[in-house]
Amino acid sequence: MLGLTTQQAAFILQGAGWTILLSLLGFIGGCLVGIPLTLGLTAKTAAARSLSSLFINTVQGIPLPILMFAVYFGAGATGYNPPTLIAAGLAMTIYSAVFLAEIWKGCVRAVPKTQWEAAEGLAFSRFDIWWLIILPQAVQIATPPTIGFFVQMVKNTSYAVVLAFAELTYSARAVNNTNNEPFLIFTIAGVIYFLICYPLSNLSKRLERAVAIKGRT
Amino acid sequence: MIGQLDFSFLTEYWPALVRGVAWTLVMTFCSVVPGAFLGILCALARVYGSRATERVAAAYVEIIRNTPSLIQAFWLFFGLASLGVRLSPFVAAVIALSINFGAYVGEIIRAGLVATPRGQIEAADCLGLTALQRITAIELPQAIERMLPSLVGQSVLMMLSTSIMYQISAEELTGVAWYIQSFTFRSFEVYLVVAVLYIAITVFLRASLTGAGFVAFTRLRRLRIPL
Amino acid sequence: MTAIVEFNDVHKQFGSLEVLKGISISIEEGSVVSLLGRSGSGKSTALRCINGLERINSGSLAVCGRELSKMDFDLRALRQDVGIVFQSYNLFPHLTVQQNVMLALTRVRKFSKQQAASVAESVLGRVGLSDKLASYPQQLSGGQQQRVAIARSLAMQPRVLLLDEVTSALDPELTGEVLRVIESLARERMTMVLVTHEIGFARKIANQVVFMHQGKVWESGAASILSNPGTRELKQFVESEL
Repeated sequence: MLGLTTQQAAFILQGAGWTILLSLLGFIGGCLVGIPLTLGLTAKTAAARSLSSLFINTVQGIPLPILMFAVYFGAGATGYNPPTLIAAGLAMTIYSAVFLAEIWKGCVRAVPKTQWEAAEGLAFSRFDIWWLIILPQAVQIATPPTIGFFVQMVKNTSYAVVLAFAELTYSARAVNNTNNEPFLIFTIAGVIYFLICYPLSNLSKRLERAVAIKGRT
Repeated sequence: MIGQLDFSFLTEYWPALVRGVAWTLVMTFCSVVPGAFLGILCALARVYGSRATERVAAAYVEIIRNTPSLIQAFWLFFGLASLGVRLSPFVAAVIALSINFGAYVGEIIRAGLVATPRGQIEAADCLGLTALQRITAIELPQAIERMLPSLVGQSVLMMLSTSIMYQISAEELTGVAWYIQSFTFRSFEVYLVVAVLYIAITVFLRASLTGAGFVAFTRLRRLRIPL
Repeated sequence: MTAIVEFNDVHKQFGSLEVLKGISISIEEGSVVSLLGRSGSGKSTALRCINGLERINSGSLAVCGRELSKMDFDLRALRQDVGIVFQSYNLFPHLTVQQNVMLALTRVRKFSKQQAASVAESVLGRVGLSDKLASYPQQLSGGQQQRVAIARSLAMQPRVLLLDEVTSALDPELTGEVLRVIESLARERMTMVLVTHEIGFARKIANQVVFMHQGKVWESGAASILSNPGTRELKQFVESEL
């Protein structure tokens, strides 16, 4: 089929499976770690905000492959050799946490100040203000860019080739090494990435328009 | 564990690291310029082009933005090699990065163009300017100035993505790191140092591009408008 | 004297809404005509037809010797003869005041940079802004920005100048400086068509007043019709604006 043996096609599809798994791992991990970071960025104390900012700016200055190497060899230095999936997943968790925290901070800020004032005026507790008033609105604003970022995550999994993790890009290259049909094979890989990413990008754009319209009321 | 870290490799390998930093910067600047031009053309095609041109530009943007840059680099480098066209890895990397950067810049500048106040377009037309004169003298300069922070941010992201280009044998800092750690086996220390170097490059790049923006856009400089 | 602008039974529609329902206006060269009316009366639309910003659907509109109802006239050439000043000035914020005025001179009239600079300097002097050549629009008040906008159009030496509610966006204390400039242009016999709310000003400088109502020319004549309205609608309009 398409000039590939069944074995090669299966290998590539398996790589696609690992890509999806790694994307979800990094994304969900990033969401979990991103929450405390977002709270840090929007905290009342300047120290918490500065520390969170510093951490985020530092991580954003490091390319993801270097982060992956640092996690992998850092763990190795303590004597524990992690499977490459875990190392890549951990690196992507840290990476996505900082970007998500920044996105989410912007979305929390986008909730009009008047909402805070109204809630405080009604004597809600700080927890209730967050949980009942601010968070639902912030989540709505945050959904489109968060989905957009997930698309970035899927593309970023390709950096895991540096750890020889058999995701889609690595698998495609491996097949090409035996087949030498680069246009064919990398187009197939590209199409698979596109089929995952494009619908999500579109969804993100549509939701963004819907949120913008709603915000005008 | 901290006490066991050994950075002695630096004394022997610092010239290689410096070379790596230099190559990363050269690769970045060589890709930013053609990429920016491509992006401007793409934005113009999407805002002012015929339907056919607009569709082609839109397809270009969607394909690039929904596939990883590494796949694009592999496709270009190994693909051309299979046709007998042997590009140097550096040139191939720059071409792939420029094409990639161009799609993102195209979207950014398109957003900037679309935000041009309608009144200025009317005023330009009523002064007798042709569409081309209006676009080059009024719309584009303002669009670029308006989107400068996004453009600087995207350039930094592009620099960070040069780190994967050693996979097509192009020389840059991450490739140098791989090379050093394969000799010294102090892998964690090497990547720690390289991480710090990248942070320094990020700071430098952001400062120099922002500075270039202030030099180019007199108005921001004269009126002390922060970026 | 031949009319430099002549509307003859002009109709204009926006989709299903007819905004101009057969208007006929004759404007002599060297005269000042004021178009008055409530919002929705069609006065701004009529003005914008004169320099081709709006196209007419039927009837005839002759401007500076060109017939605008046909599609075969040169729009850019028309716009070198007909200048326009907008309510929201529409200055180019990334250019200095002098550069704003010079732009069309260099690109459209093909002046050299020195020529354009000296023309810009002199025309900005005429509107009283010689000391603001190197300023950016954001550094000026609304009245100053509007005077720059007038200078920008004047520099092209138009035969007709259109002014679309040019003082409506200004704070009251700033309208005076703009009205004085327009007055001086009237003294120099510049052909002008003003859409304005300033009835007192219109009475002062207009040779001809055209009152529009519901897309038609309801009443027109010398400026004295404002003191002696012939129709009920004009009477109500004058009373409501004073």
